[in-house]
Amino acid sequence: MFPELNNLLNITPDRVDQGKLTLLCDAKTDGSFLVHHFLSFYLKANCKVCFVALIQSFSHYNIVGQKLGVSLTTARERGQLVFFEGLKSSVDVFFRVKGEPHPLQFLREASAGNLRPLYEFVQEALRPEDNGEAAWRCPVLLVDDLSVLLSLGMGAVAVLDFIHYCRATVCWKLQGNIVALVHDSRDTEDEENDILLNGLSHQSHLILRAEGLATGFCKDVHGQQIPSTSCTAGRSRHCGHESGKTYLPSRRRRSRGGDRQSTESRSDVQLRVL
Amino acid sequence: MAAAAASGTGTGTGSTGSIAAAASKNNVTSFQRRSPRASSTDSGGSRLVSIAGTRPSVRNGQLLVSTGLPALDQLLGGGLAVGTVLLIEEDKYNIYSPLLFKYFLAEGIISGHTLLVASAKDEPAEILQELPAPLLDDNCKREFDEGVYNHETSESNIKMKIAWRYQLLPKMEAGPVSSSRFGHYYDSSKKIPQELLDASKCHGFFLPEKISSTLNVESCSLTHGYIQLLQFIQKIIYEEGFDGSNPQKKQKNILRIGIQNLGSPLWGDDVCCTENCDNSYSLTKFLYILRGLLRTSLSACIITMPTHLIQNKAIIARITNLSDTVVHLESFIGSERETNPLYKDYHGLIHIRQIPRLNNLICDVSDVKDLAFKLKRKLFTIERLHLPPDLSDTASRSSRQDLAESAKLLGPGCGVMAGGKKHLDF
Repeated sequence: MFPELNNLLNITPDRVDQGKLTLLCDAKTDGSFLVHHFLSFYLKANCKVCFVALIQSFSHYNIVGQKLGVSLTTARERGQLVFFEGLKSSVDVFFRVKGEPHPLQFLREASAGNLRPLYEFVQEALRPEDNGEAAWRCPVLLVDDLSVLLSLGMGAVAVLDFIHYCRATVCWKLQGNIVALVHDSRDTEDEENDILLNGLSHQSHLILRAEGLATGFCKDVHGQQIPSTSCTAGRSRHCGHESGKTYLPSRRRRSRGGDRQSTESRSDVQLRVL
Repeated sequence: MAAAAASGTGTGTGSTGSIAAAASKNNVTSFQRRSPRASSTDSGGSRLVSIAGTRPSVRNGQLLVSTGLPALDQLLGGGLAVGTVLLIEEDKYNIYSPLLFKYFLAEGIISGHTLLVASAKDEPAEILQELPAPLLDDNCKREFDEGVYNHETSESNIKMKIAWRYQLLPKMEAGPVSSSRFGHYYDSSKKIPQELLDASKCHGFFLPEKISSTLNVESCSLTHGYIQLLQFIQKIIYEEGFDGSNPQKKQKNILRIGIQNLGSPLWGDDVCCTENCDNSYSLTKFLYILRGLLRTSLSACIITMPTHLIQNKAIIARITNLSDTVVHLESFIGSERETNPLYKDYHGLIHIRQIPRLNNLICDVSDVKDLAFKLKRKLFTIERLHLPPDLSDTASRSSRQDLAESAKLLGPGCGVMAGGKKHLDF
């Protein structure tokens, strides 16, 4: 968890908003650091987290989580974290013929289905305890990421339906939060992705956007962050992200030999909070 | 300045310096070796099992294998991580990407890894016969050193006088390194000795042979060829214990998978032919499930794909997102750049499109964005593309004018000094 990002968003692990849908969006850069941030944040805030990880394996998140101060294995053993590993499950679904429904069973189907089994998995994972007393604070659903579902044969509408159902259950009924990552594919004319992104942007309470720097590649500073909430006017600040810390430099440092900048902006992050 | 010169002399020293600093910043013992990517029950991380031909990454302890090209290893942050996919976007006429494919396989043979070669066009046995021979340290080293030295000393004399900053920039490894167990150099003019091939274990998948067998899995919008290939790979991984399913095996080994021309019409996929194809998710589903297989086993995969044939840009973006490391080769053959004097020493450009962030928040992105490759008589080298300064008084006017015009044509993609505009008279 990055304390600077918490300050920017005015949230602390003690005081967590409820019933919110947060959209994480990245364009020309990798926004997965935001996913790691929110994962560690909600685990520290003592919330029950259901993490649908479709892109990387459990050990990857675990190692990064340890750098950010949380242990995913401990959280999983305690029951605080329900981790769905998409890559491993896809192999199970594809090769072993199973009778019972599987969250990723659309991989076996020829036609575009819906994400109902995945929704039922989430519903089951975040179901409140029967004994009435809440061991954890509000439930949280974290998805990394939704764009990969489009690559696997789901239509944008199916994914939007899935988020809609999850929102009804998690945000409204259980008063929890949802955080989802979507890639922004402005240049690549991916219409399905645009539909998904626009639809989700409309529904979300908070949008965090990580963009590559428009001016080019700079070695040390990874980007700038322009926060603005959906209600209030924007205040802009520049900040960088490097090896686990976000810091606020007053000016961009140029590295030695970096005075020739290419216009590719791959590793820089400009964070917009909308 | 002295520190800069010291850090710039060798790539090894420079990189370890920065890595040591990064490690101390993290405050965590990042040196944890992970063997299978899905952490098995007994991986406390402390048991160091060394597999031939691999080394742990100094940044995060991730197990790496060499791609067969030490220069490419260095650009990718030390090597290719075990459990990941290296996607090579082919050059237009498919001349240089098979070389990278063969280097990867040859490296596997030299290191004693098991190979799995899949192709729809060439017989795997023929591909293996054409692998390049490794460079032997004693015989060829002397020949090469002379060639490399002549090239370097003439340039270095010019550079040292005025443009001394060039010497401080990190150099790509251009010469053979003697007896490094990780990463070898290959002689593309010679074939690999037969005894090395016989000693190695290779599995071949040739699509026209396999296509006739029956399907076990119900059709799930994946092309028949892809389903067959996935089943074949899964069978090999399971039977030979690469996923840790066979605990009796004492010696762990890496499986190197090479898939050639994936996505081309020869695989039965029409993603390269039309914009709105019937099975538009076939290739992406294949990549996803393949990555799932790789993450749960000790294997690394190289895929060459003719992405220049894919009409739908959205699919290319999705494929890039679904792969871990993506390298794009752009050759100059047939393009206007072939006659451009700026590029006369090189055969093409190499773009590192994506490097994965594994077990880490950031990745080792190389500083150098403008890289070019060339295939010398025997070696495939990757170098930073730059214009040497035009310093000599006797440079003819015509060449300077060509350079000036070419500099305008070059565009922002390369770091180029606007050389040759004015002749300085003193």
